[in-house]
Amino acid sequence: MQLKPLTKGLVMALPMMFLAACSTTDDAASGSAGTGAEDSAISSAVAPVLTPEEERMQKYAELRKEHIIYFDFDRSDVRGEFAELLAAHADYLVKNPNVAVRVEGHADERGTPEYNIALGERRAKAVSKYLMSLGVMASQISTVSYGEEMPLVSGHSEEAWAKNRRAVLVY
Amino acid sequence: MSTLFKRLLKSLTCVVVLIAAAPSQAALEIVITEGIDNARPIAIVPFSYQGQPNLPHDVATIVSSDLRRSGKFNPLAVQAMPERPSQSSQVNFDKWANLGVEAVVTGSITFIGDDRYQVSFELLDVLQGQMSKGDVAVAADGSIISSQSFILDGRRSVVKGAQLRQYAHRISDIIYERLTGERGAFLTRIAYVVVDNDDSHPYKLMVADYDGYNELNLLRSTKPLMSPAWSPDGRQLAYVSFEKHKAQLYIQDLYTGQRRLLTDFPGINGAPRFSPDGKRMAMVLSKDGNPDIYVMDIASGQLKRVTRSRSIDTEPYWVPDGGSLVFTSERGGNAQLYRVELASGKIKRLTFEGDMNLGGAVSPDGKQMVLVNRNRGNYHIARQDLQTGLLQVLTSTRLDESPSIAPNGGMIIYSTVHGNKQALALVSMDGRFKARLPAVNGQVKAPAWSPFLQ
Repeated sequence: MQLKPLTKGLVMALPMMFLAACSTTDDAASGSAGTGAEDSAISSAVAPVLTPEEERMQKYAELRKEHIIYFDFDRSDVRGEFAELLAAHADYLVKNPNVAVRVEGHADERGTPEYNIALGERRAKAVSKYLMSLGVMASQISTVSYGEEMPLVSGHSEEAWAKNRRAVLVY
Repeated sequence: MSTLFKRLLKSLTCVVVLIAAAPSQAALEIVITEGIDNARPIAIVPFSYQGQPNLPHDVATIVSSDLRRSGKFNPLAVQAMPERPSQSSQVNFDKWANLGVEAVVTGSITFIGDDRYQVSFELLDVLQGQMSKGDVAVAADGSIISSQSFILDGRRSVVKGAQLRQYAHRISDIIYERLTGERGAFLTRIAYVVVDNDDSHPYKLMVADYDGYNELNLLRSTKPLMSPAWSPDGRQLAYVSFEKHKAQLYIQDLYTGQRRLLTDFPGINGAPRFSPDGKRMAMVLSKDGNPDIYVMDIASGQLKRVTRSRSIDTEPYWVPDGGSLVFTSERGGNAQLYRVELASGKIKRLTFEGDMNLGGAVSPDGKQMVLVNRNRGNYHIARQDLQTGLLQVLTSTRLDESPSIAPNGGMIIYSTVHGNKQALALVSMDGRFKARLPAVNGQVKAPAWSPFLQ
């Protein structure tokens, strides 16, 4: 994971091209099966054999559907469980240097609104730094803190608070 | 300034923000929950009325509600009154004394045409009245000739129908000051933020009379609005708006609706506070790294950095003499309150009790500090004596924050959670009187009590 951005870009770009070729063949096959009106021949697809790199790309695409990183109470350090999620987003941003992301930091309602603005900023910056450590350019990232002003979940329980202590990646 | 002006024009045409001013009636009802036992018994007798049109406002009821909400008085219910005098000469002081009533307010209203009403009232001391047997000389036109010691105050004014409510608050101010020796704060307003997620513009900046009447919407937005703060002349509000997906500070004139972008730095632009002379604005900016306290000269836009720490510094609040600021800082580990002297930059820690202390507000006499105290995970409003350092927790409500002190230093309005909704609540400075202000719609937060408005 500690590859230099350029090397990493190459390593990832090559399998991507391969993957693209695979998927084209796949589409064509399913197309021919779809147009076949007769039932006399039934075609089925075999799952392509993926290299570890391809598997990683698929997993990353899946991971990137998730945009939220959660935090512990009054903390702004990125929990280990979000390493892969952030690696998937970093990978995408490194490969697409023209894409910008806004990291929105949020806090639960405990504490004062002003303190929570500061806490939310700390979280947004922690995520921003994490992405930069994976090779994303500072110019691609902006941060904003909404503090406790935009809870994801309404309610005043531990469960609601846990969901509201978050950073959100907005493309 | 020209770029500021362009930005202002841009924001005026922006669809996410609408400046509106549609008046509505009592949006916040006041429910007293604690503290009537300690209050002084008085009586506000319903004012007599002579005239054709219906009175637009019930003056005696407004005065009675004001005094009850001050926490210092317990006005007698109208049904329990032994008589309904409308001036001092009609009062049988023995009857009131038997009920333990300390003071009686009588009054009359006469319609004199052209939407104008003449309002007279007298504040009477029951014990003094009993001793003098209510002796009073009255001239043919009804005015009092010889002033009597039991008449603590008495005035007569002509007001327009729409001003009757305001004049009633003025009467309350006079009575309060006569009986307590302190200035009343009934002619004041509160600013606050309403969040109503059922609305197309969920975030609303509101201003209402201190009792929740005459609520006005100053601004509506699809993005959060925060931290309203009054200018010392009560004409302007500073606040934070996220309408551009980032924090910006604005100043808005209440009477013209015009607003001006004050700051638009990268990162946090927050916690604005006008200086006591109205010329400077304390604020929090994170443009230089971490959130620090700055003071801006409003006319020139010149910035002075006040704190410089690697931790969170926020929530500046002016000490009344304008020479120092109280603020929240994590420099010692957990959030605690500190004071910084602006001239020397000297910083002193003020709070030591509990897990955290935040959101400090200094009383108008400079002797007390109201704050949010976190103790064993609970957030309550507390008051600390700035001389002795003694801390007293005032509230027992849940998740209390954003305390704001009335300009006479008698009452604190703050935000709390009640029945799963964020709402406003009141607590007296001594913690004995408590009330809730349930909102009709949405969540209510960030209350800011105005300065005196007369």
